[in-house]
Amino acid sequence: MTETLVRARNVRKSYGHVEVLKGVSLTVKPGEVMCLLGPSGSGKSTFLRCINHLERIDGGRIEVGGDLVGYARRHGKIFEMNPREVSRQRRGIGMVFQRFNLFPHMTALENIMAAPVGVKKVERAAAKARAYELLERVGLSHVAGHYPAQLSGGQQQRVAIARALAMDPELLLFDEPTSALDPELVGDVLDVMRQLAADGMTMIVVTHEIGFARSVADTVVFMDGGVVVEAGSPAEVLDNPQNPRTVAFLNSVM
Amino acid sequence: MSSPAPTFPDTAPGAVGSEVSGDDDVVAIPLRHPWRWVVAALLVLALAGLVASLWTNPNIEHSTIATYLFNPKIINGVGLSLLVTVVAMLISTVLGVLLAVMRLSKNPVMNAFAWLYVWVFRGTPLLIQIVFWGYLGLLYSQISLGVPFTDFTVFSVDTNTLVPAFVAGLLALTLNQAAYSAEIIRSGMLSVDPGQHEAAASLGMSPSYTLFKVVLPQAMRVIIPPMGNETISMLKQTSLLSVIAVLELYTVATQISSQNLRQVELLLVVSAWYLFLTSVLSVPQYYLERHYGRGTAAQAPSLLERIIQSRIIQRRKR
Ligand SMILES: Nc1ncnc2c1ncn2[C@@H]1O[C@H](COP(=O)(O)OP(=O)(O)O)[C@@H](O)[C@H]1O
Ligand SMILES: [Mg+2]
Repeated sequence: MTETLVRARNVRKSYGHVEVLKGVSLTVKPGEVMCLLGPSGSGKSTFLRCINHLERIDGGRIEVGGDLVGYARRHGKIFEMNPREVSRQRRGIGMVFQRFNLFPHMTALENIMAAPVGVKKVERAAAKARAYELLERVGLSHVAGHYPAQLSGGQQQRVAIARALAMDPELLLFDEPTSALDPELVGDVLDVMRQLAADGMTMIVVTHEIGFARSVADTVVFMDGGVVVEAGSPAEVLDNPQNPRTVAFLNSVM
Repeated sequence: MSSPAPTFPDTAPGAVGSEVSGDDDVVAIPLRHPWRWVVAALLVLALAGLVASLWTNPNIEHSTIATYLFNPKIINGVGLSLLVTVVAMLISTVLGVLLAVMRLSKNPVMNAFAWLYVWVFRGTPLLIQIVFWGYLGLLYSQISLGVPFTDFTVFSVDTNTLVPAFVAGLLALTLNQAAYSAEIIRSGMLSVDPGQHEAAASLGMSPSYTLFKVVLPQAMRVIIPPMGNETISMLKQTSLLSVIAVLELYTVATQISSQNLRQVELLLVVSAWYLFLTSVLSVPQYYLERHYGRGTAAQAPSLLERIIQSRIIQRRKR
């Protein structure tokens, strides 16, 4: 067991000639909740997507649980993983999206069961029981048979969280999970995330909810222009920011 | 019919025929469409005239139509046309999925192959493709049997051309259809939100699992209506197989009419069958659309529900 779960070293990523990540380094310990803040276009989503290899990095390295993301070490050499190996690696890293991305042709229950049954080959009955359990945990057992289109945004996002949890990930990534929600629905989703944090889940959360970051995060990281500008405890970064860019950003969102 | 009266209670109180009730409900005379009735009447008249002229035409023998409508040869032809349609559509759909996936893959070799395939099969006339496969079938049967040319008898040519002609026809229609289906399936796959791919990937789903369980079921909603059209065209296109003497409906009909010289009657028989079959083929489309539309807001009601609903609406109108 390593002391750090996620270790990013000097991660660089470009789209064409535009360098979006210009050397991002950070570490996340098991059970830690890290909130990523920063203005729009600063590269937060891109960095998150690099962690589960939805994007390929152009430089640096990312390790999750001691394994390189997207690459395998064999006989002292580093090989790019094939799609099957990438899929296997992603099972340990859950992701929750801004636009929920539930499968619209499946009910809430089927959404949660899909990956355990189809990927992990869990028996249907067991997967179903587990899915009900997870729906209960996010307070939605009464909508098990509903299709996503029949659910509110807040309910959809909670089902999406349950779907990610169904794979028993060691790390959960959230990309602005409440940004697409009506204000009155944000609280329910944040409550679920707060409970997850209390249960010891390791989470990296991109968010603009400063209140959530202050009360739940162990570490707050402020990104701007593809680099980490400032990182530390909520008290340090949110209440006593040192960098003028952090100050300007916090003034604009608070 | 009188000219439409102004029907807003507050602007024209007590206007002809309109009620101004005490409460807030607007009770208005519906807008009338007199021209619709005129046009409809003209169309009905024209159609009736056409039918009457056909019906009373001394050159058409109604008894011939009646005799041949359920003639065993014609029924066999109907069966073969339907068989070719169903088999060609099934195989071409599988090929179409394959081509669409190749076309969308990042592998440049696969991509180029799929592009070339669609380019060739969509870019040349179907009739020519049918004749081409017909000749190839003939050639193939000679080679595969390994019969020396000297031993070739007249009868064996006949039997040998019949079986390969069917296979050649099926091949021609299937390969051609695959090119069209591939484009329909590809556009259906492109219509699926890219977020769906990301969600599936983040759950550790493999690319093929994602394709079959996440992308294609959603693409079906977009794919099925045009594929229904394709099925109907396929049924009608089977008549082109007459050029290589496949014994489908139209070939059989021309064979009969070349003997009894009742061309028009047999064409009417054939048309009636095509019309009947295309109507029947739209039933499975309805149920497929309903199945793959699940989970969307605009869920189509069942056929029964629709009939009941329209009855209720009609009764309310009275
Ligand atoms: N697929 C892409 N292709 C090209 N540019 C992209 C792509 N994704 C993101 N970008 C660019 O990268 C920058 C960072 O984007 P993103 O990581 O989404 O920022 P954030 O999530 O912090 O708002 C933006 O300027 C965006 O336009
Ligand atoms: Mg973003």
